[in-house]
Amino acid sequence: MRVEHGDPDARTIEWYVDKLMASVIFLAGISAIIFIVGIFGFIAKEGFAFVLDTMDVGQFFTSVQWRPTSETPQYGALALLVGTASVTGLAVATAVPFSLGAAIYIAEFSRGSHREGLKVLIELLAAIPSVVWGFIGLSVLNPLIIEWFDVPIGLGVLNAGVILGLMAAPIMTTIAEDALRAFPDSHREAAEAMGATRWQIIWHVVLPGAKKGLTAAVLLGVGRGFGETMAVLMASGHAVQIPGDVFDSVRALTATIAAELGETAAGSEHYQALFTLGIVLFVITFAINLTADLIVRGVRKGD
Amino acid sequence: MFEATKLNERNARVETGMKLVYLTMTLMLIVPVLLVLGVLIQKGAPILSWEFLTQIPLKGMTEGGVFPALVGTLALVLVALAASVPVGVASAIYLSEYAADTWLTRLVNLAIINLAGVPSIVHALFGVGAFVLFFGFGTSILAASLTLAVMTLPVVIVSTRESLQAVPHSFREACWTMGATRWQTIRRVVLPNAVSGILTGIILEVSRTVGETAPIMFTGAAFFLPFLPESVFDQTMAMSLHLFVISTQVPDVPEALPYGVALLLISMVLIMNATTVAFRVALRRRKRW
Repeated sequence: MRVEHGDPDARTIEWYVDKLMASVIFLAGISAIIFIVGIFGFIAKEGFAFVLDTMDVGQFFTSVQWRPTSETPQYGALALLVGTASVTGLAVATAVPFSLGAAIYIAEFSRGSHREGLKVLIELLAAIPSVVWGFIGLSVLNPLIIEWFDVPIGLGVLNAGVILGLMAAPIMTTIAEDALRAFPDSHREAAEAMGATRWQIIWHVVLPGAKKGLTAAVLLGVGRGFGETMAVLMASGHAVQIPGDVFDSVRALTATIAAELGETAAGSEHYQALFTLGIVLFVITFAINLTADLIVRGVRKGD
Repeated sequence: MFEATKLNERNARVETGMKLVYLTMTLMLIVPVLLVLGVLIQKGAPILSWEFLTQIPLKGMTEGGVFPALVGTLALVLVALAASVPVGVASAIYLSEYAADTWLTRLVNLAIINLAGVPSIVHALFGVGAFVLFFGFGTSILAASLTLAVMTLPVVIVSTRESLQAVPHSFREACWTMGATRWQTIRRVVLPNAVSGILTGIILEVSRTVGETAPIMFTGAAFFLPFLPESVFDQTMAMSLHLFVISTQVPDVPEALPYGVALLLISMVLIMNATTVAFRVALRRRKRW
């Protein structure tokens, strides 16, 4: 616009509105950065006093004694870390093959409205709230596990792992399917011209080519399982221990915060310890998401 | 003319076999969930009635309805939307219309991914530290809704950005050529053409917000509060937390009650999601460019 360089008096009200909106929108544009920094800032603010003063780093990562309310409180988070890892591990181990399989079927084998229908169905499954999954673990899966495996209680690693797997699968499927669809058709056509069958194309061309995108999908699934709260709280049995088998009850990092925060006074040592668990969770999920993002970025650069 | 060789036949067999294997894997993901939904409907549907929706919980939450929780969830969602939609849409406008491919834009995108990936309980801790304590809102609808708003912001940003980017660039150029400012172009050309996509994103956000439990547990949702909130500084019951409470914290709840609440919650979420799907399909058909 020429008026910008001319007489300032010629600037209409619209010019000022445009400049004003540009700054407002810029501020909103970077709000995500402000919030993510804010989240870390606020949990660090509440938790750092514990990290600096009370926390025994060695005990925190190696002791299984999580006794925040005893007379001499002990804050060993190893059992919680193992609890989270075992549940997430089982969930990922069961969900990954099926999710990748479903993604391959939807992206490569299905066509037209059949594909659209499956995609919509998977999307709807991803929308089921966490607390409903927890309830399903508690009242549907729990009696089934007791009956099938003849164990006294059905809440534990197996229950929470299966529930978490069912929760993470739709998300992994959707992201993995996107990664497969993003693989250029020209490569598929080249293989087809060489006389490859559809399965040979998938196995020898598409899967190796989409490897990075698929890895990112799995990582995001892991991140989802890691941070899941309500479902794990309700289905894992909630006992602080290192699990001996899949029927043992465990307690996750997220579930510990959810179960105990309500009972603590703001600013107390226990309260600060829970925020410290929050810092641990934040840092781990941040690392997982960052890695997944870097892998996906590598894919974009590679093509 | 061409006879199928042994190799052709084997390839065809492998192909059919593999297709079956992968179809089975897909069904293994979907069928168990559908069965579970069937159980929820079978055990929960009989209890759903007009009284269930409009009565307050009675006798220590073992009888009666869910009215205060329903109203509370509605209040939480509305306040959360009021906070997150303006910020989210503006943020998407920045990313789609203003931002160049710089380190700052990459940082914003990374922040959005992480905002969506941070565990819900960490959002809850943030809500306690920031809104309840630091800003002094106390445990209230306002604090809980703002926590939910921050958490669901990525949903609005991502879906709005997609629908803004779907508006052809030539539309903007035509507008600029007429001497319109950037903002005039966005306000009068880009936004009107993207509005249905933005609405879809908002419905999707509502469905996320309705089901969230952990972020509101310590910021504003109460276990039991048999009356309705009067202002945004009151605490409230919520559907999601109510399901958690009656299925884990309250003794002697009749079996049908939590099934009914779960079914109601899941119906709300799925209906909203199905709406967004229908929206999308209708949109694709009606597209004018």
